[in-house]
Amino acid sequence: MSTPFPASRRPDAIVVGGGLHGSSTAFHLAARHGLKALLLEQTYPGRHASGVNAGGVRTLGRILPEIPLSLASMEIWHRLPELIGDDCGFVHSAQVKVAESEADMETLRARDVELRALGYTHEKLLDAETLRELLPAVSRHVVGGAVAENDGCAIPFRAVTGFRRAAERLGAEVRSNWRVERIERTGEMWRVSGPAGTAEAPLLAICAGAWGDKISAQVGEPVPLNPEAPMLLITERITPFLAPVVGTTSRRLSFKQYPNGTVLIGGGYRGIADRDSERTILKFSGLATNVRVVCELFPLMKTVRIVRAWSGIEGVMPDAIPVLGPSLKAPDLVYGFGYSSHGFQMGPIGGRIVADLVATGKTNLPIEAFSIGRFA
Amino acid sequence: MTDGMARVETCDLAVIGTGPAGMAAAVAAAELGLSVVAVDEQSVPGGQIYRNVLASPVAARLGPDYGHGAALAAAFDAAEGISRRYGTTVWTLSADGEIGLRGERGDIVLLRAKAVILATGALERPMPFPGWTLPGVMTAGSAQILLKSAAVVPADGVVLTGSGPLLYLVAAQLLDIGVRPGAIVETTPGANYRAAARHWRGAAHGAATLLKGLKLIARLRVARVPMVSGATGLSAEAGADGAVARLKYHCGGRERSVACSLLLVHQGVVPNVQISRSLDLPHDWDAAQRCWRPRLGEWGDTALPGIFVAGDGGGIGGALAAEEQGRLAALAAACRLGRIDEQERNRRADAPRRALAHHLAVRPFLDALYRPGDDAVVPADEVVVCRCEEVTAGEIRRCVVDGCVGPNQVKSFIRSGMGPCQGRMCGLTVSEIIAAARGMPVADVGYYRLRQPLKPITLGELAQLEEVAQ
Amino acid sequence: MENDSRFRRLPQASDQTVTLSVEGRPVATRAGDSVAAALLAAGIITTRTTPVSGAPRSPFCLMGVCFDCLMEIDGVPNRQACMTPVRDGMTVALQHGAAAVSEETK
Repeated sequence: MSTPFPASRRPDAIVVGGGLHGSSTAFHLAARHGLKALLLEQTYPGRHASGVNAGGVRTLGRILPEIPLSLASMEIWHRLPELIGDDCGFVHSAQVKVAESEADMETLRARDVELRALGYTHEKLLDAETLRELLPAVSRHVVGGAVAENDGCAIPFRAVTGFRRAAERLGAEVRSNWRVERIERTGEMWRVSGPAGTAEAPLLAICAGAWGDKISAQVGEPVPLNPEAPMLLITERITPFLAPVVGTTSRRLSFKQYPNGTVLIGGGYRGIADRDSERTILKFSGLATNVRVVCELFPLMKTVRIVRAWSGIEGVMPDAIPVLGPSLKAPDLVYGFGYSSHGFQMGPIGGRIVADLVATGKTNLPIEAFSIGRFA
Repeated sequence: MTDGMARVETCDLAVIGTGPAGMAAAVAAAELGLSVVAVDEQSVPGGQIYRNVLASPVAARLGPDYGHGAALAAAFDAAEGISRRYGTTVWTLSADGEIGLRGERGDIVLLRAKAVILATGALERPMPFPGWTLPGVMTAGSAQILLKSAAVVPADGVVLTGSGPLLYLVAAQLLDIGVRPGAIVETTPGANYRAAARHWRGAAHGAATLLKGLKLIARLRVARVPMVSGATGLSAEAGADGAVARLKYHCGGRERSVACSLLLVHQGVVPNVQISRSLDLPHDWDAAQRCWRPRLGEWGDTALPGIFVAGDGGGIGGALAAEEQGRLAALAAACRLGRIDEQERNRRADAPRRALAHHLAVRPFLDALYRPGDDAVVPADEVVVCRCEEVTAGEIRRCVVDGCVGPNQVKSFIRSGMGPCQGRMCGLTVSEIIAAARGMPVADVGYYRLRQPLKPITLGELAQLEEVAQ
Repeated sequence: MENDSRFRRLPQASDQTVTLSVEGRPVATRAGDSVAAALLAAGIITTRTTPVSGAPRSPFCLMGVCFDCLMEIDGVPNRQACMTPVRDGMTVALQHGAAAVSEETK
């Protein structure tokens, strides 16, 4: 790793957004390119999607264009301590998607055929018996599933903090309560401004999550981002009964037990997001559907108590894949936002790609599908 | 457990909590013709101050103040137009008055109310010191609850420590009933007496209240209950059985100790802000009482139309003040719902307002006298602050060094406040520790962002809501 | 776990008795008690051990706030003993660490 820059050094790049992608970008700018980032965060790092998501670190079930990135990110997750000196609470555990019917199983088989044709081997089909060995508490109606054995889960806020602190150790400057409202190109510089003041740097990265479209629109690249508030629940501690992270095939569920015994339940049931006030309102009727699915899959959960429910604000794109790549209208501007509720696992690689693009204009991973040009 | 589906019910006014504020509010609202649902987690009305007041086996021994509560509870119990729901937990409450209730058998009711009065009262202020988690260390309030509800009392030799009127009241009540406390170890900082003296004018108005307090102390002195004042550096130590055996403290420059198998702790009460916080209502730091209070208008009205706060949940004023605040909020709710016009509301508010001012006159004096000192609310590194997750003050300070600027980051980082009590027992302490470590006001550090459910509920209970849906 | 000297019942208490089974042993108490009050009156002070460090705890606030009196009551773990009224024949067990869950839990 390189040594920190002198404090007087002006930033080479401004990174807008202090979530996992922004923090990872700031870290990789310094670690891979020797560039000093000024990271500007509107509240505090990890306030929204990055810090309060379900913590699943999942290659399983990724949309095809995301698979190469997701697999590359997974490699980083497994070596975080040597990279950033912090494991971010990452625990290696299988991710399992259960099939609740023969139709579900057919969906999984078709996916398996498709993946194998493309040369991917990270997902495997499970028959009912093998599945039950992995998930002894699962309901009898489950007929099989698919597994990604190299996956896991992490603690979201720790992950953001781990990358932020690693970036700071390498000289990145992080400013909280610094909302970027305007960006302008003046000569060879980007100037950003907001209530906290103005800042300048030659390079600019937008990792602003659910607020990313407000920036891209200013250079003539509007995108149809929808701010959403997926809700999550966590239970009291119970004795360990579940090792893998569990999802479903035709219903919505994300379900896992942390090593401390608490069980986290998600599934993308939505509350109300108000991104101007940065507030979310929970809708318990949606959470009721969420826990109904849990009780059907794991009947022992019925009497377990929910201690907390919450939500952060996610930026969701209509095609459910992020905007990742250079601006097509302005120089030295790179986007990495709109990960559509599944960007946590992609944070390590997403930040690396943005950093590489900012520094060199190139990346060795296929990102064409994520170009902002698809909305032009 | 119930597998059924939630019922939907409606009412004009929901009153959450049936202590003095809630009972008075419900009675006043019902008299004005509102349909009222009054909800309480306990199986009987009264709240904590008038706990079990209609049926307590020891009512006759608890004095005239408790008797006053009995009259209020009897009126509440007899009033028409009130549906009383005991053993019922409020687990969610939305800004537009939709309330999730859980009955004793786990049945879920969705109550749609046109107006809501939050009368959730007070909690005992957390009192973190080494050993406060040991078995046999309980709050003074808990001893009073045992006495009122079950006629169970501590054995002779019980030690009481801390500060505040309740400490003396409990000690005197125990004495009256035949229990000899082993000692009262008082922690009120010496400087508080001077600070309180500045509020003598208000104190004079509240002479009756003060006189009661002085009589309590005099009774304890006459009975030769050992009393220590100005104690600091408390720590409780366990005996061979793992339960508390000894309280150590500093006093007069020396370390002292007293043996005890039961230690009752108390340093005042603070508003229970769980619901008002979960609604994202604005709260202000009350520097005098070292606690948060929701920002309220003169009727107990909040930033959310139709949602009111009455009683100690809006700032500590005591049971008699709470009662008047309940009446005022009921008038405002009735006016909002068109039962009375503003003129009528104001006319009827006259008497409660005058009574309220009278009952609150003594507060500045009491607040100054019993304001806890820094060492009583900002504990040493080794002290457990979050009892559920066993997070220590030192761990919280390390988080601050690592860049956690407020309680929410600390919570995300080391799970303080993430256990079943949902931050009730540690929230104030965590904010105070962070403020002290960062050298900034508690007001700027803020509080946990509280989310619902307001109390833990089971998955099976929540699932009942699905059928009602959208 | 037992220490009869910490609490006693006043003679004013009602005589209606109900019997709980606490850790398999009968404990007679008064109708209207909470489980926590019944145990304290019977000299049982420790009601659980914590899931984090295994430290013993007793009821602390008795008003439903602290969640330190979580016990296994009638087979259901993590119930607040101070908020649960006693019932004749009720089974009560100390809760050791995190709540144990199983299919049989009702």
